[in-house]
Amino acid sequence: MKHKISKSFTLALAFGIALAAPVGASTPAGKGFEIAARSDRSDLGFGNSRVELQMILRNAAGQQSTRSLEIATLEKPDESVGDKSLVLFETPRDIEGTALLSHAKILDPDDQWLFLPALKRVKRIASANKSGPFVGSEFAFEDFTAIELNKFDYRYVGTETCGAFQCDVLERQPRYENSGYSKQITWIDQDVFQIRKVEFYDRRGDLLKVLELDDYRQYDNGAWRAHRLTMENVQTNKQTDLVYQDYAFNVGISEKDFVKGRLSRLR
Amino acid sequence: MNTTILKSLLPLVCLLPALATGTVRASWDVSSNIDLTTRIFTEDARWPGEDDTTTQLSVAGSTEFRWRGDASRASIVPTLRYDETDNERSLADLREAYWAQEAESYELLVGVNTVFWGVTESVHLVDIVNQTDAVADIDGEDKLGQPMINLVLQRDWGLVSVYVLPYFRERTFAGVDGRLRSPLPVDTDNPQYESPDKEIHVDLALRYSHYVGSVDIGISAFSGTSREPRLLPNANGAVLIPFYDQIGQLGLDLQYTSDAWLWKLEAIARETRNGSFTAAVGGFEYSFYQVAGSAADVGVLLELQYDGRDNGEPVTFADDDLFAGIRLALNDSQDTTVLAGAGYDLETGETYINIEADRRLGEAYVLEMRARIFTNAGPSDTSFAIEKDDYLQLQLSRYF
Repeated sequence: MKHKISKSFTLALAFGIALAAPVGASTPAGKGFEIAARSDRSDLGFGNSRVELQMILRNAAGQQSTRSLEIATLEKPDESVGDKSLVLFETPRDIEGTALLSHAKILDPDDQWLFLPALKRVKRIASANKSGPFVGSEFAFEDFTAIELNKFDYRYVGTETCGAFQCDVLERQPRYENSGYSKQITWIDQDVFQIRKVEFYDRRGDLLKVLELDDYRQYDNGAWRAHRLTMENVQTNKQTDLVYQDYAFNVGISEKDFVKGRLSRLR
Repeated sequence: MNTTILKSLLPLVCLLPALATGTVRASWDVSSNIDLTTRIFTEDARWPGEDDTTTQLSVAGSTEFRWRGDASRASIVPTLRYDETDNERSLADLREAYWAQEAESYELLVGVNTVFWGVTESVHLVDIVNQTDAVADIDGEDKLGQPMINLVLQRDWGLVSVYVLPYFRERTFAGVDGRLRSPLPVDTDNPQYESPDKEIHVDLALRYSHYVGSVDIGISAFSGTSREPRLLPNANGAVLIPFYDQIGQLGLDLQYTSDAWLWKLEAIARETRNGSFTAAVGGFEYSFYQVAGSAADVGVLLELQYDGRDNGEPVTFADDDLFAGIRLALNDSQDTTVLAGAGYDLETGETYINIEADRRLGEAYVLEMRARIFTNAGPSDTSFAIEKDDYLQLQLSRYF
């Protein structure tokens, strides 16, 4: 029943946007969606990508631990369907070969499978755990799986300087269930339309985490990617940095590399 | 198993990654681990011949060589284990040694590999390709490498996997010195087979797996040598002889995933020369996320086991049992997890308590704790043989 309501709600919203488009920019919601869409669509058509990164976890006492992982992403150009991604862990060595396959959905829960190399076992995992920490980091599952345009409702808040840029400030509210956030505030620059900063507010409405996205580089296909993400939990003073190496685009991967049956045949 | 050879090989296997750095490393990914394990038994041994010390030390190591090309991959994973007390727990094995080539939606794998089928936690009924390394751990999750030719077809409508299994691996059993054994020791040097082809009988297996929305499904079939032997006393009644029957088995595994619920079912129907029977295990796992404002998750598991086999079949512990457990994941940077559970036999009242805890120390070490308690078994009950074998196991693993 719930499922049906959300489906028809999506439909109504899609119609609403379509009808409101000519005048949309005049309302805070319309303008907010427009700015978010311009940012989201700036890398439309990237196809697929692969990138290696380091995840550096720091606790309040400054103790540090590192994971290295590789993320492959398959773009689904249709905005009503989420992207597919495959995360493969290289270190720590005891979890080497662990893989997480996600089929992101817009409002329905994502489909996710985990491959555990010690047992060679593929496990479908509950996707209700949106707000849980991703491998002990300050990134939640919902921060890590694809950020899809239509997962949020938007409201334009205003304009502000952010670092070297002039930024549009948007408030976005998750439309999917089981989010750990009441709202997020995003800063999107007016030059190349990339997200520079996000504030995450917990379910009680208090500021929980601040994400800064730096070291943006533009690739030959026009896509911009941040290469340094810093997530700070302001309630616990823990911090997680993601440091990306160069992205590779159109690396010859397709749908068949993002199926459940692939997980036990990765290595 | 010649333990002197093992002892001298063990440091070699553990040092392989050091030797392999440089030229080999450029194309092969090499990693390895070494595990130091001690088991502390809380009671004296029940059966004559069992070693009377209550600690059992073992050291194990394995190295993984993995290579990946555009459409092909290869893997070699030798593993060694040396047990101070029980020769039968010492082992040299190849968990993997295969080459695989992909073409379009097909993949052909030739060599030794390990395969897991199934969804449930308390017993693995459907999983049949690999032999269980039963002396490694009583949970049945350690496996021996299985020689195979495996053809995989991946399509939109699912994955079909065909296995030709040309060589049979015998199950491992504790030796006369070892704990966790039957009253009479098992003579693994003289196995018997229903098939005149013995261990070179060619077994066949087939599996289809896919998912539709929230339902994951696996359907499997197996024809060949049973991985579970019957244990028959020899002529003078001094030892038990493993007897491996020919069987046919159909398997079904299902999981329904919704919100924080996982609903699971595994069922088999097995035909042997003595007749046929069915067995099933089903239940759920429900998770509470970020309990009490922390990052920790708590999962509650409940599974009911049924097994319709009669006395002419290999003995099972999981015949009419209820399994309940709690899983705790701290979601910290050290990946601390605890699983505590109990299996209760609804007919006999036999109870099995299992506590498992794992935590990473720094970046390269993992500490594991296992506590296993067997209680409430009468002299005619299945677990009576190991009722005095309650133990605490501590394992420190170093990863390279």
